[in-house]
Amino acid sequence: MASLTFAASPTPLLEIRDLHLEFHDHDRPEVAVEDFNLTVEAGEIVGIVGESGSGKSMTAMAIAGLLNRHALERSGHIFFDGVDLLHCDRATLRRYQGNDIAIIFQEPMTSLDPLQRIGRQVEEALRIHHRELSADARYDIALRAMEAAGLSDVERVYRMYPHELSGGMRQRVMIAAATISRPKILIADEPTTALDVTIQAQIIALLREINAEHGTAIIFISHDLSLVRQLCHRVVVMKEGRIVETNTAREVLLHPREDYTKMLIDAIPRVEL
Amino acid sequence: MRMKQTRRNPLAFIDTLPNPKLFRMGALITAAIVLLVLIGLVWMPYEPTAMSADQMQGISASHLLGTDKMGRDILSRVMYGSRITLVVALGTMVIGAGLGVLIGAATGFYGGMADEIVMRIMDGLFAFPNVLLALVVVSLLGSSTVHMIWALGIAFIPSFTRVVRSEYIRCKHLDYVKNARLQGASDARVIFVHILPNVSGVLLSNLMIGFNNAVLAEAGLSFLGIGSQPPYASLGQMISDAQAYFFEVPTAVLGPGLVIVLLVLSFSLMGEGLRSAAKELD
Repeated sequence: MASLTFAASPTPLLEIRDLHLEFHDHDRPEVAVEDFNLTVEAGEIVGIVGESGSGKSMTAMAIAGLLNRHALERSGHIFFDGVDLLHCDRATLRRYQGNDIAIIFQEPMTSLDPLQRIGRQVEEALRIHHRELSADARYDIALRAMEAAGLSDVERVYRMYPHELSGGMRQRVMIAAATISRPKILIADEPTTALDVTIQAQIIALLREINAEHGTAIIFISHDLSLVRQLCHRVVVMKEGRIVETNTAREVLLHPREDYTKMLIDAIPRVEL
Repeated sequence: MRMKQTRRNPLAFIDTLPNPKLFRMGALITAAIVLLVLIGLVWMPYEPTAMSADQMQGISASHLLGTDKMGRDILSRVMYGSRITLVVALGTMVIGAGLGVLIGAATGFYGGMADEIVMRIMDGLFAFPNVLLALVVVSLLGSSTVHMIWALGIAFIPSFTRVVRSEYIRCKHLDYVKNARLQGASDARVIFVHILPNVSGVLLSNLMIGFNNAVLAEAGLSFLGIGSQPPYASLGQMISDAQAYFFEVPTAVLGPGLVIVLLVLSFSLMGEGLRSAAKELD
């Protein structure tokens, strides 16, 4: 898997050019992301790794279009489908959000509305982007998405509330909700951090399956290089808002060029017997 | 095929409240008063404005609560007055809570300069006592039930705006709200479909308290002679008229007074039940 490389096409699925993000809510401006360049081809899985505060989540938020527009200075471009997501108006952005670009978060515990049934939340993207669908059609699609996300007994889960589900099940619900409209790109922001190890492996397998079946490109954000190695084709290593190294996952792990990357690799816990 | 949801007892939620007894008691009293008003719509023992020669009668079989100074049947007047009070209180809530929720949701959700300006206006409005504000409006527009509803409704807007605004500020940064926006939900959808249901607990207990205040304000204003005009009955106005002969015909004061007390009590009880439920959720 790791040796698989994607030829640079003339029009990549996503192209981030000179992304620069700066906070202005304190006396001194703080740079969150600097000179960030990245292209993602259709069907590719790209990992972004780095320690906390390295700007990886900010980058994800910028792609997903969820940046507070007041206290932040933004420059550069994020091209998707020929549209600059960083500078387009809200209505244009909304057409892509949840439909072509979907995101799953670190915290499946708080990402679901406690007062709405699971089914309704899984269907949300359809209610927003595919209003022509009937309630029955939505229901069928939702059940299939939930099954594809590895949930069983989906008709019952459809009618449950979030507090009745475990963390792993909630993350599967989030994935079902994110993939229900077959997005072209899925941003996974530390999707397994809040889960225990066995569930982690299952979620990683599920992401790989989604990628293989529908050709969904995935941007996988993590601080855990061992997960990145299992899943990603290509890896971007970030430190203090900058890209320090980018290569195929195999190369980065076997022959890291930067000290910082070596440090991250050394941080992978190993079981000593 | 879609599975049919099993129908549940619509009152079953009461048992899930931490103190179902309080809520049930409040609901029961409210139901009794509403029943009294509903009966009054189709049948009253006497015309509430009809005077007769039987003046200042005590309790009797023909006049269950006696008659007042002009020989009008007190029970009929209480039934009619309760209707006015309920309508005014409900109307006040519709205007006050309706506009309060809209303004609070918009200012809390969007924030910024407009939020500051609107909230300072609300603070200004809040600084006036409700009764005084209503007095001004009524004296400008003229005394009538409709004007009183508007006056009280506007006076109640700030209290709802404040509560709803702070809830929206809290909710708009929650993960599931963020998530909804990332799915491409419009602002209106986020405000009404995603946040509003999560505010409803706090809103409901505030509605109960607001309703009480509206009942008291209506009674107070009509006691002062503002609002629905004689000969039409309203509870406050009946008390005001009857205080002169309280010792001769105590039911003329106690009848309308009891309805006011029970209304306020019942809504307090229900509000208490709901509020502790809302606390439980947090």
